[in-house]
Amino acid sequence: MGRYALRRAGTAAGTAVFVLVVNFFLFRLLPGDPIGLITRGRNMDADQIRALRAQLNKPIWQQFLDYASNPFSTGVDSVKYSRPVWGLIGERVGPTLLLVGTATVIATAVGLWIGIRAGWRPGQGFDRGSTAVTLLLYAMPEFWLGMLLLIAFGTGIGPLPALFPIGGISTPGVDTSTPAGWLDVGRHLVLPATTIVLGYVAEYSLIMRASLVDEVHADYVTTARAKGLKDAEVRRRHALRNAMLPTSSLVLLNIGFVVSGAITVETVFSWPGLGLLTYDALRGPDIPLLQALFLLFSLSVIAVNLVADLLYGVIDPRVRT
Amino acid sequence: MSADAGPGTGADAGTQRTGRQDARALARARRRTALRRAVRDLLRKPGGVAGLVILGFFVVLALLAPLLFPAETLEVTRTTQPKLASPYAGYPFGTDRYGISVLALVAWGARISLLVGISATVISMVLGTLVGIASGHFRNLLGAVLERLTDWFLVIPFLPLVIVLATVLGSSILNVVVVIGITSWPATARLVRAQTLSIEARPYVERSRALGAGEWHLMTRHVLPNVMPLVLANTTLTVAVAIASETTLSFLGLGDPFAVSWGKILDDAFGAGAITAGAWWYLVPPGVCVVLVVLAFTLLGRALEEVLDPRRRSA
Repeated sequence: MGRYALRRAGTAAGTAVFVLVVNFFLFRLLPGDPIGLITRGRNMDADQIRALRAQLNKPIWQQFLDYASNPFSTGVDSVKYSRPVWGLIGERVGPTLLLVGTATVIATAVGLWIGIRAGWRPGQGFDRGSTAVTLLLYAMPEFWLGMLLLIAFGTGIGPLPALFPIGGISTPGVDTSTPAGWLDVGRHLVLPATTIVLGYVAEYSLIMRASLVDEVHADYVTTARAKGLKDAEVRRRHALRNAMLPTSSLVLLNIGFVVSGAITVETVFSWPGLGLLTYDALRGPDIPLLQALFLLFSLSVIAVNLVADLLYGVIDPRVRT
Repeated sequence: MSADAGPGTGADAGTQRTGRQDARALARARRRTALRRAVRDLLRKPGGVAGLVILGFFVVLALLAPLLFPAETLEVTRTTQPKLASPYAGYPFGTDRYGISVLALVAWGARISLLVGISATVISMVLGTLVGIASGHFRNLLGAVLERLTDWFLVIPFLPLVIVLATVLGSSILNVVVVIGITSWPATARLVRAQTLSIEARPYVERSRALGAGEWHLMTRHVLPNVMPLVLANTTLTVAVAIASETTLSFLGLGDPFAVSWGKILDDAFGAGAITAGAWWYLVPPGVCVVLVVLAFTLLGRALEEVLDPRRRSA
């Protein structure tokens, strides 16, 4: 396990270096005066601009080393907000984690339940129905689904009144530290979370179904049946244990991607998280902010992947070889 | 191979040549039967047929769009219709923020969405197949580097990378195609690499190597034909992803501002406040088109996978 963990950590570190390289050089490809790009429309005194120019006039490899030695330094402020980028990002982490966390938990539970029911009796009524629905959901752009939900439940259609707020994380003026405030946040959470849940339920249930279908006809399942075990027991204690492996790995790996996948959904619902911040940054474009966000998204995926790999090594000893 | 003109009488060389021609004809005939069987199997799968029918409809729509809705109907300055109007006679999907028929927009959008989706997939497939075969075939530094590169690209979150690339490159149709193409190849590369490894472990490849076949010959004559079915099935699935990505990019305002794609229509609708105005006719049609096309490619891809993958082909 030690060597396996070490090797995984090495891979993760390599990927992190690659991300740093991409993040540094990609933004150097932008046409135009870099100082104009990163200070666009903001007053800076001559000293600051001179310092920035001196920094940019260094040899490119030295600039890269400076950047790589501390990629989190708040060198240049955000163009749009005129504030250090990491402070700005820090405020937005909470709402995103709340939205993505809630959605992931619900999507996993519902997705696995559907996948297990469908995969245990492939080809039967429930399986056909759920596969059709999940394929349809899988084909939907998340933000479009979000807009439909908004129009149906946020503004109300025909006789239907507006059931849920149209955007934001809380009603202005409501103190979110009181129980009434939490309830308000919860009401705002319903629609965006449902949107993300529907998208991921489709994916999780399809994978769960596929891995369970592989096990249904395995010899050991037949043996378990022959022993006279109840159907539910064969499923829970024999088939599921093996079928859970690929699914759990996917769910873990996905957590990293869900955060960045929330960009469009947060935009549609004006949810004040990292996704909406990314949308604001690219509409500018706000280069310093975009660069910091890309680094954050990539590094968090790498970190989550590493954790997922290590956990997977614990669950399934075969991968440790 | 130039061993043809080696030792041996003319007659010998003649029989050898006819022998090889026979072998070629045989291989061609075998390929024809395989193709015919694949098509027949595909047409037996309801998912595959449904996918083909939906795609056929949208291809025809894309081709006929200029005839059905002349280009000037899309011009903001020529329209005389009310803005953001709900469906009425002649305008079954109502009008958009400028008073243009949403039906005409959706028909024209099919052209850009399909074009971008398919061209991006071509880039992605060529890159993925090249990198996949090369990283599986060469067991040296090159192979290792390519494998690492694939893994790295797989880990970088797709949407942020696409956003950053699109911001850096600027917005035009070509750039959208390039951005989607160069971000969606790693999955294919990994698939092709695994298949390459399994093919190169087979005895006939070893035999070919022993007979002196070069790297190029091995890769193009033995590995490539065997990975092609897999690539083909994967292609249709990748088109679905590419079209969905184009929609997302355009929705985020990173697409070509002058090209009407389904994502662009949705972006305009969102920007024009179609949600608060309750203008469902502006939002529903382009979204339904995306869903149908993505679903069609997914169904077709799944059906192809079952038809072309010998392990999953039921007897």
